[in-house]
Amino acid sequence: MPKTIKFQDEVINLLHATEGNPLNTCMQCGTCSGACPVSAFMDQPPRRLIAMIQAALKDRVLKTNTFWYCASCYSCTVRCPRGIDVAEMMYALKRYSMWKGQHPEGAIGPVFSRTFVKTILKSGRSYEPVLATSYFFTYGVPEMLQEAQMATSLMLKGRLPLLPARIKRLENFRRMIHRIVPLGDTE
Amino acid sequence: MKQYAYFPGCSLEKMAQSYHSSTLETARALDLELKEIDDWNCCGATAYFHVDELLAYTLCARNLAMAEQDHLELVTPCSGCYKNMYFANAHLKHDADLADHINYALEADNLKFAGTGVVKHLIEVFVNDVGLPAIKAKVTHPLTGLRVAPYYGCQILRPRKDHEDVEQPRFFEDLMTALGATAVDFPLKLRCCGGSLILTNREAALSMVRNLLQSAVKAGADVIATACPLCQVNLECYQKQVNREFNTDFSVPVLYFTQLIGTAFGIPPKRLGIGSELVEAKPVLRCESRTPSNPAERSGSHA
Repeated sequence: MPKTIKFQDEVINLLHATEGNPLNTCMQCGTCSGACPVSAFMDQPPRRLIAMIQAALKDRVLKTNTFWYCASCYSCTVRCPRGIDVAEMMYALKRYSMWKGQHPEGAIGPVFSRTFVKTILKSGRSYEPVLATSYFFTYGVPEMLQEAQMATSLMLKGRLPLLPARIKRLENFRRMIHRIVPLGDTE
Repeated sequence: MKQYAYFPGCSLEKMAQSYHSSTLETARALDLELKEIDDWNCCGATAYFHVDELLAYTLCARNLAMAEQDHLELVTPCSGCYKNMYFANAHLKHDADLADHINYALEADNLKFAGTGVVKHLIEVFVNDVGLPAIKAKVTHPLTGLRVAPYYGCQILRPRKDHEDVEQPRFFEDLMTALGATAVDFPLKLRCCGGSLILTNREAALSMVRNLLQSAVKAGADVIATACPLCQVNLECYQKQVNREFNTDFSVPVLYFTQLIGTAFGIPPKRLGIGSELVEAKPVLRCESRTPSNPAERSGSHA
């Protein structure tokens, strides 16, 4: 019977462009959590998340908000004494939880990322007003008003695009994307 | 005149137009030719990498291949674009299978990634390729008395690209000093602004912005200098919301380093996009006529 792959090994091998992320060498020193500017907002700080991965607590790991709170600042990555790329591990977990369709209830991160990807596939460039739809309606009234006020100020300063930018060779661009993943309709 | 393949990135098209115009103005003054990559596409930002790594590398590779075609080093003023394209370039060079796979996709746009390119951030080009002596030589309107908090943010330095100092860098301070400004000691100069969390996890991001503003103001900064469009938006445009959330009264202008260089070169503010900020910068930039707002505090900080 084939050996079952441990959750830790799965996460170690989630990155395409490296020869694995040495999570198994983590000695629980806590440098990552200490360096993280967002750890106070995470349900499990990075050090504990790695311990949970080592302990194969897969379901609990995927339910944490930890990786959706990672701001990609890489403070943990540059300081880890074991050479673990903690921030890339967070990216890997985001992708993993999106494939599995398992992420915390009400998290804006996954919706935002999906909207972003659709925008890029459509036009080749990013367009702020469309992105705003992925989070705007999750706000309460005061936040909505503040956001609308800021958008108005930016508009008056000529800093908000009225029309989405498009690349010229869009057909080629789409064919290029389809060669990596046959996505079907990108609308 | 040295030529570069210029990748502005999506933010510079509109939200950070002032970064774009001040980049072009100061580059011209320094005898650099920034040739915009024809038909460049989004680098994938952080969000694309959340969904699919391979596709995100493909997006970067298309831009890299176009720069290679022109035999030019790629330069970008955006820290996020820089990090993505720097590492896409490095990974694709290192991993022939990955490059093969992506080259099959690039064929659809008649492009090929050969791995001959170099990716640089604009501030790196100014500091290393042009050099501070050459920049200093062009200063006609020194920013004497202007107290600048140089904000590095994250992705220019992290993850580490080569052997650069990621804990105690000095080049941003040195650049500001070359312009005649005073670089204040800004303890949180390497701390994250929250990045795209401002959209997805607002509470966390606003508190991160608050901490940075507090640190800069405590250091006595008149202005924060940045080299990233997202840092600029977070630190500047969200000041009002930070003030409301934390009952503070921050009002610190946040300018791109290119706008400060341009000002020191005597380029008119309008051509540098100065005036498009939500926190007005013109009052603090009138350096000659500016007097310390609180002389006692100022002399105290020098003691």
